[in-house]
Amino acid sequence: MGASEEHRQLSEAEIARLIGGLRRILAADALLVEQEDLLPYECDGLTAYRQLPLLVALPTTEAQVVAVLKLCHELRVPLVARGAGTGLSGGATPVAHGVVLSLAKFMRILDIDPQSRTARVQPGVRNLAISEAVAPYGLYYAPDPSSQIACTIGGNVAENSGGVHCLKYGLTVHNVLRLRVALIDGTVVEVGTEALDSPGYDLLALMIGSEGMLGIVLEATVRLTPKPLLAQVVMASFDDVVKAGNAVADIIAAGIIPAGLEMMDKPATRAVEDYVHAGYDLSAEAILLAESDGTPEEVAEEIAAMCAVLEQSGATDIRVSRDEAERLKFWAGRKAAFPAVGRITPDYLCMDGTIPRKHLAQVLTRIAELAEEYQLRCANVFHAGDGNLHPLIMFDANKEGEVERATAYGGKILELSVQVGGTITGEHGVGIEKVGQMCAQFSKEELAAFHGVKAAFDERGLLNPGKAVPTPRRCSEYRLTGAAK
Amino acid sequence: MNDLSEQLRERVLAAAVDKQPLRIRGGGTKDFYGNPPEGELLETAGHAGIVAYEPTELVVTVRAGTRLAELEAALAEQGQMLAFEPPHFGGGERKSQPPHFGDATVGGCVAAGLSGPRRATAGAARDYVLGVKLLSGSGEILNFGGQVMKNVAGYDVSRLVTGAMGTLGLLLEVSLKVLPKPHAEATLRLELPQDKAIEAMNRWGGQPLPLSATCWNDGLLSVRLSGARAAVAAARERIGGEAVAGAEGFWRALREQQMDFFSGETALWRLSLPSKAAPLDLPGSPLIEWGGAQRWLKSDAPAAAMLREAAARAGGHATLFRGGDKSMGVFQPLPEPLLQIHRKLKRTFDPQGLFNPGRLYSGF
Repeated sequence: MGASEEHRQLSEAEIARLIGGLRRILAADALLVEQEDLLPYECDGLTAYRQLPLLVALPTTEAQVVAVLKLCHELRVPLVARGAGTGLSGGATPVAHGVVLSLAKFMRILDIDPQSRTARVQPGVRNLAISEAVAPYGLYYAPDPSSQIACTIGGNVAENSGGVHCLKYGLTVHNVLRLRVALIDGTVVEVGTEALDSPGYDLLALMIGSEGMLGIVLEATVRLTPKPLLAQVVMASFDDVVKAGNAVADIIAAGIIPAGLEMMDKPATRAVEDYVHAGYDLSAEAILLAESDGTPEEVAEEIAAMCAVLEQSGATDIRVSRDEAERLKFWAGRKAAFPAVGRITPDYLCMDGTIPRKHLAQVLTRIAELAEEYQLRCANVFHAGDGNLHPLIMFDANKEGEVERATAYGGKILELSVQVGGTITGEHGVGIEKVGQMCAQFSKEELAAFHGVKAAFDERGLLNPGKAVPTPRRCSEYRLTGAAK
Repeated sequence: MNDLSEQLRERVLAAAVDKQPLRIRGGGTKDFYGNPPEGELLETAGHAGIVAYEPTELVVTVRAGTRLAELEAALAEQGQMLAFEPPHFGGGERKSQPPHFGDATVGGCVAAGLSGPRRATAGAARDYVLGVKLLSGSGEILNFGGQVMKNVAGYDVSRLVTGAMGTLGLLLEVSLKVLPKPHAEATLRLELPQDKAIEAMNRWGGQPLPLSATCWNDGLLSVRLSGARAAVAAARERIGGEAVAGAEGFWRALREQQMDFFSGETALWRLSLPSKAAPLDLPGSPLIEWGGAQRWLKSDAPAAAMLREAAARAGGHATLFRGGDKSMGVFQPLPEPLLQIHRKLKRTFDPQGLFNPGRLYSGF
């Protein structure tokens, strides 16, 4: 299973059978085998890992997907599903000798039901396209990852994507009602229903966030949310990150669940301000963005309450967005944080740990100490409401040893997240990037249970092999090399 | 408060040696639910206590035997709540026979996976489960998920075991997301026939209104609003109807099924349907919750197969919730490929089939 299949090399005859079979299933232009055509598929958003696949299949119908799966299953060829390739953990990194199954052509919104507030969409539909299509009904699709212009709903399901509003509106798992899924042997099943639950085990929840290792999403029914009448954001400056962290706790202690609650440290604010000129306070050690949405009366009440708390918590400056344009401007900086950091460094690694918020000061202090140790810079953006920290480690891949130092530094940050009671990934997934750190977070028995779950769906271990759940051998190596310390 | 993990583990290891099936039981308040329990009784109520509660982190971790009422009281002290409003069940405070209302445990609540009136807008039990500590059928103590809001490391086993009726392992600890109690609440009542009520609930559901519960029965639609004071006040105007003072008791009776509708010996069916499904042509008058998505039916008349077919046609499923003839199984049968996956998952977590055999589906 798993590991052995992962590296199995196909014979020339097997490759010929595979390609011959695929040609019968797919249109001529839906099968890519030439190196120049495969290049765009060699990595996803995690560009540090690159691997050319054997070939790329671009089916356009469910029957074709099923036929491709059956063929790969029969020939025991590994297969990696891919949406828009915006993932940040290498979940869509190809396997050498394997097939990349692109769902990019499944771009149709099949049905919008404003009455029951659901939309039925194909997996290649972009996240933002759903909200755009349902806007005339006063509805939207709530999860809003920063890549929402490009990322697809199939990928969101695979990663259980979040966004800046998930404290109040939930993650993908809270906003998908039903999935139509093809299993590796070509069987098509439905998990979840258009009702609010389904009988038996919650396979819908299990499928969401399973990183393309259990099945291929053919269709998703998503829940739509009524668009709030108004949204307003407060921007507060702090002369100390600890005070900013405490302010977040104070807001929640006041019984408020803001629609968005984000924090940036000074290096992040600087990078962003140079890039988008959002009007951020450059003297602040940390800035906090807290959004309220709802009816105008509700927003007024909540904004006033939050301002009072922020003042009490020692904010040095508090600004409330005066109109929609200013609200978007305040957010523009936070939303552009990754590209802004990308401008000031040749390369960066985006980490994704979640920590209990009370340990924020300790974690940020340690991240700064580690920066000195590894002689690298790091900017921090933080989904403060739910404790999801994104340290952005800056490095230059062309400088001797920097890739290794950045990777080691990132690994330390993830281990630190686990030590304080958190997790190595809040929303980006394990993929290929953090498969080693899984050994730090889970015991041998827990990992064995994950392999059991995998085998219940994909006994031959053909779907996205080598990702998300490490083999026992991999963990021995991880511990031996001292990465876990 | 006691940590009985070791004792429970020893019991499970001994049962594994003897191949003795175990019937896991917290407070026994949901013994009526699911297929009839079988196996030697393994009680978890002694394994109790709140392990960690950080109100500003919105997370609480409790041992599974902790009384649900005790947890809710601890949360209420901090102005917080379990937003999915789980039913406790139990005999009701007036009755002297156990199980009593206060006996329900957090473990049973998560294992049964039931949610109350707030479910349609706030989410279900599974939406609030962040992590579990699980004792497997091999006697291993396994941790999945965690104590943080966002966590995608590994498969989502915490949600998988929520509602699994204890068949995948014995819950030792659960971490739950909690929320602040709403600042204001109001209940409105409108006279509407069933079809118009379903239409109204769906229409309101598509608007930015602070709905937190709906209940239609016998021509009366009750609507609960929860949220910021200003939002509740504005929504009252939009919805109309008559304001009902002191409605907390009404919603509690609904949540605990202590209303007249639920009394008597007639079989109680739960139909889970797409919220906008038209009234089903079935004998008996339903009680409708969750904006139309949960419909209760008291009826001995129809055959199970007929009800299940009607529910499936409408896009949902039917559960024989209380009473009635359980010989055909209480849950809607699964298609064969899904059933196979269920069996394999069961074997992964409980290879010898020790825990609650047949409670969810016959055969595992």
